[in-house]
Amino acid sequence: MPEFVLAAARFGFLVLLWIFVFTVVGVIRRDLFAGARASRLVAAPRGVGAAAAGQSRPAKVKKGRAAHQLVVTAGALAGTRLTLGEAQITIGRAEDSTLVITDDYASARHARLVPRNGQWYIEDLGSTNGTYLDRTKVSGPTPVPLGVPIRIGRTALELRP
Amino acid sequence: MTVAAVSPPAVASPAVGKRARRARRTELILLLLGMLVVAGYLAAVEANLLDQVTPDFWVPAGILAVVYLAMHMVVRLRAAYADPVILPAVATLNGLGVTFLRRLDLGKAKAGDRADYPILSGEGGKQLLWTAIAVGLAAALLWFLRDHRTISRYAWTLGFVGIILMMLPAVLPARFSEVNEAKLWIKFGSFSIQPGEFAKLMLASFFAYYLVRKREVLALASRRVLGIDFPRGRDLGPVLVVWLLSLLVLIFEKDLGTALLYFGMFIVMVYIATERVSWLIIGLVLFFGGAVLAYVLGGAIGGPFANFYDRANIWLDPFSGDRAYNEGYQLVQSLLGLGTGGLFGTGPGAGSPSQVPEVRNDFIFAGMGEEIGLFGLTALLVLYLLIVVRGIRAALGVRDSFGKLLAGGLAFTLGLQVFVIVGGVSRLIPLTGQTTPFLSAGGSSLMANWLLIAILLRISDNARAPLGAPGGMIRPPVAAAPPARPPVGTAAVPAGSVRPAPPNRPAAAAPAGPSVPPAPDVPAGPTQPVGPQPLNPTAEQPTVRTPGNDVAAADVSDDDDHDSGPDDSALDDEALGGEAPPTEKIDVNAPAPKENS
Repeated sequence: MPEFVLAAARFGFLVLLWIFVFTVVGVIRRDLFAGARASRLVAAPRGVGAAAAGQSRPAKVKKGRAAHQLVVTAGALAGTRLTLGEAQITIGRAEDSTLVITDDYASARHARLVPRNGQWYIEDLGSTNGTYLDRTKVSGPTPVPLGVPIRIGRTALELRP
Repeated sequence: MTVAAVSPPAVASPAVGKRARRARRTELILLLLGMLVVAGYLAAVEANLLDQVTPDFWVPAGILAVVYLAMHMVVRLRAAYADPVILPAVATLNGLGVTFLRRLDLGKAKAGDRADYPILSGEGGKQLLWTAIAVGLAAALLWFLRDHRTISRYAWTLGFVGIILMMLPAVLPARFSEVNEAKLWIKFGSFSIQPGEFAKLMLASFFAYYLVRKREVLALASRRVLGIDFPRGRDLGPVLVVWLLSLLVLIFEKDLGTALLYFGMFIVMVYIATERVSWLIIGLVLFFGGAVLAYVLGGAIGGPFANFYDRANIWLDPFSGDRAYNEGYQLVQSLLGLGTGGLFGTGPGAGSPSQVPEVRNDFIFAGMGEEIGLFGLTALLVLYLLIVVRGIRAALGVRDSFGKLLAGGLAFTLGLQVFVIVGGVSRLIPLTGQTTPFLSAGGSSLMANWLLIAILLRISDNARAPLGAPGGMIRPPVAAAPPARPPVGTAAVPAGSVRPAPPNRPAAAAPAGPSVPPAPDVPAGPTQPVGPQPLNPTAEQPTVRTPGNDVAAADVSDDDDHDSGPDDSALDDEALGGEAPPTEKIDVNAPAPKENS
């Protein structure tokens, strides 16, 4: 075979291989930015300190903006995001909870988040140590504003647009 | 707005399906592109070795494509939300490995026979068959394992079997277990398997299960020394046990790589579970301490440590004296091959990789490196990196600790294995007999790594599936609720038509009504069910009202919530969605049974 064909095969293969690699990277990049767009409004805070700063946030958030994500801001699962749908979210240590938290201060069925008219309500399911919306103990179904930490044991959760 | 238009499932499911469909379409396109890369490699090999490209050069790539498309269909059916990148990247690596082995066969065959060298013969053909079997196993695992949490139920069994598999080659007589001075095998006649590859998966499952139980103790009880939190002595127990086990492997199986693999896997999983850097430090100190100790002992007394001592010496200076022609021959040839390849390689099929001993398994990376050069090798390494990254991404996304640890541990182990063998081949670390995942010839390694990929796909499906998706495995007690809604909502009749004992319903609503802060436009209660609001408060109320049920369900699994596996949850599902009796326990504030905390 002529020399230039072999050279073309040699470099052509490398180019093809890298095209594949970059296509894969492109897919991953799209994936990452798709996630970032959804949460651009609020930078992801980490740890309890950042979660506590959420107190002033509800004022800034526009009323009526629907929550699309549930973000764990503190505790063992910090950084976990759930995309909210129509279904309620159960939180607890039981393996079949929607959000399984491994937290010694949480009960098996600790609390749940229920959507209603586009507003999410937190409801304590008779947990031992209680559920707190920011600083107040949740006694009945309570509407959860965006960005206000829900505290369960050492775990804190927030709704995000 | 009509009532029907608002019924939640009708709105939710198309959006949900769209995401899954987009991911699967991406996966399909990437798979085909990957097979194109493999076909390109085949064509380049034929151009160099045969001096022509035969019309059916693409057939191996075609066979592989069929196998992978079958896997793709299984993913579509059983893990629709799984990561779209993992499968194509693995498939491409595997395809390139098969092609390289076929290239070795062609190189060995006489020049005249090369043009019609049968596809299914030689190492390449065997590897093609192994690939089909391995992908079939992975597909079966993905098909039958609907929820990765099921694995945690068999954790102790898996851990036990894993340790036995790991130790078995060490205790078997050498003629059953030794290949190339490493006792990693179990041989039955002409057939041999490498049990360590499977032990890897089993031990990872067991570690994940164990650490989910112990993470609090390991993370919290600690002493602060020099600004780093160190665990208590007694919590170090399991780590020391695993360390000793891996040292035993190192000594009796003469295999540093496997020891490093198991130990690294455990340490990293402890680190993931506890987020304490001190574990990494402890792990590194222990491992390097052990390696140095083995080296010193090997120099002083020899015996079981002699093998490691020799390998370390080869690694330190492969060119000294006539070592390059004796015990260091493999490594020196590997380095020469990589050096010959240079930046762009000699071109597929144009090098002489068969100069390197064991090029079809341990040294496949060096053999390929000679022909595709640093650019090609980097592409392969990036592909490995992307697989590992997507595995860790799945670990981040999944919502249960066991899944997090399992995915993180498996993804890291895959990366560590690539590091150990590529580092060995390129003389970064002492050479050890590890297989290169997806590239090396050999069924055990292929099968184990494809099973690993199936688990990662399963976990990533779980991580990416939206809540309550029909395909996803998140089946919270709620999953039963949405189906219950549409009939209620569309008919706009009292919930009594669905639920038994309607009289209780309004009564149930009354006490709880005040405790629910009225949402802006919800009519007062379900007492007048034909509210103008399409939002069908009647349909909503049951979801809010069921705490009694939930609590009851909690009671069921309360005492054994540590062990409540998915089967328990399935029971709970039925208990909740099945009858849903109008309970007496209607007040949300009523003191519920105490749960352990």
